[in-house]
Amino acid sequence: MWPIIHKLGSPKWFYTMSGRWLPFLWGIGALLITVGSLWGLAFAPPDYQQGDSFRIIYVHVPAAIVAQSCFAMMALCSLIFLVWRIKLADMAAGAAAPLGAAMTFGALFSGAIWGVPTWGTWWVWDARLTSMLLLLFIYLGIMALRGAFASRDGGARAAAILTLVGVINLPIIKYSVVWWNTLHQGATFSITEKPAMPMSMWLPLLIMVLGFYLLFAAVTVARTRNEIIRRQPSARWVRALAKGGRHGL
Amino acid sequence: MVRGACTLTAERADTDRVLDALPGLWQGFSATLIRDCRLRFRRRSELANPLIFFALVVTLFPLGLAPDSTLLSGIAPGLLWVAALLAVLLSLDGLFRDDFDDGTLEQLLLAPQPAGVLVLAKIVAHWLTTGLPLALASPLLGIMLSLPGHSMGILMSTLLLGSATLSLVGAIGAALTVGLRRGGVLLSLLILPLYTPVLIFGAGTVRLAVEGAPLAPWLALMGAMLALSLLAAPWAAAAALKLSLDG
Repeated sequence: MWPIIHKLGSPKWFYTMSGRWLPFLWGIGALLITVGSLWGLAFAPPDYQQGDSFRIIYVHVPAAIVAQSCFAMMALCSLIFLVWRIKLADMAAGAAAPLGAAMTFGALFSGAIWGVPTWGTWWVWDARLTSMLLLLFIYLGIMALRGAFASRDGGARAAAILTLVGVINLPIIKYSVVWWNTLHQGATFSITEKPAMPMSMWLPLLIMVLGFYLLFAAVTVARTRNEIIRRQPSARWVRALAKGGRHGL
Repeated sequence: MVRGACTLTAERADTDRVLDALPGLWQGFSATLIRDCRLRFRRRSELANPLIFFALVVTLFPLGLAPDSTLLSGIAPGLLWVAALLAVLLSLDGLFRDDFDDGTLEQLLLAPQPAGVLVLAKIVAHWLTTGLPLALASPLLGIMLSLPGHSMGILMSTLLLGSATLSLVGAIGAALTVGLRRGGVLLSLLILPLYTPVLIFGAGTVRLAVEGAPLAPWLALMGAMLALSLLAAPWAAAAALKLSLDG
């Protein structure tokens, strides 16, 4: 067990291996998003109530799902970093935070645009909207806290503690806001239950969700690789990489 | 065999004697609590600041909206709660700041007692001098906002329960930012999203009390939030203090 964890936690090993995965992540992600967008925007049938405006679901739902998954991934990374001091976990958490914030913003923004034709307003103080807004603030707080420390290790540990506190608090925030006020419809997307929408609408959504996950993974891995190089520019393997391409890796 | 057991007992007695000489868990807790309370009472002007801030913010609303008693009594629960929350937030920066500057905090974390317990003592002292006075003063401001008389008790009890949660959760943020020179704005950015459940249930309970609805489940939920934060927050704050001292 331990050798595997240490191998996984080694920046050099991760850099080498992720260099092989990355083209696949980018390629399959781009393919899925292209197919999903074309299918969803052009071929899926229009909704019988909302008409074509429902098509914004193909951006809105994947962004919201990835925004929440990103926080779970950051919490896991923070726990690994705090317990086992594996720096790679912290690099991944740091790389994912701005993406999570961007996805949250994307979900809020696309939701606001969708709100105009369906609810007749850009914004309502509804449970889901409010809890996503608070999630955005928590992401921004974690990023600001990491940046505020002079020492990188201090910022990393502070961000990890705040992420773990946030992950305990997020369900409480979510349910408190749900009891406070609800207008938003229930979850549209579930793997385990039979979808309420017809297959021709649901399949492109599934493809888009998978595409967003792969895109998120690709960007996170790429940012983590950059961070590895940025943190140890004088390591022997990094210098070898800079000098002669992939020799010695 | 018998001799071995005897040596073991003797050794244990020795250890017990050493441990007896050290201050215990309760002694450490109460000494920190008394010290912090004494320090806070010696600076009376600072002690009054959260209360004055609370009263001032509440005064601003009738000026900004309209001095209409039906309007004010409608928004009074939320308004009092938001004002109290902001008053707690403003006082948080002082929770660890002085001890951090003069090095007391390092001694506190070096003490043989678990850091979480000593941090809890500091949080309790903070609550006794911030949340408790705010809760006691709230009916006065409630009357000025023409909040119905029968909901005053609930207003006070939600503020008592809720402000303790606010102090506990806020301590994590204060501990994370104590090492930073300009931590004030960052502190509110970190802590305010985490405060929303307390605000929702606190103000919601008072609003229900005004309408005369049953309150037991809401108060129970506020108690549950207090219990959870009592369990987790001192340890998270202690971990954050350790890293603030390292960094």
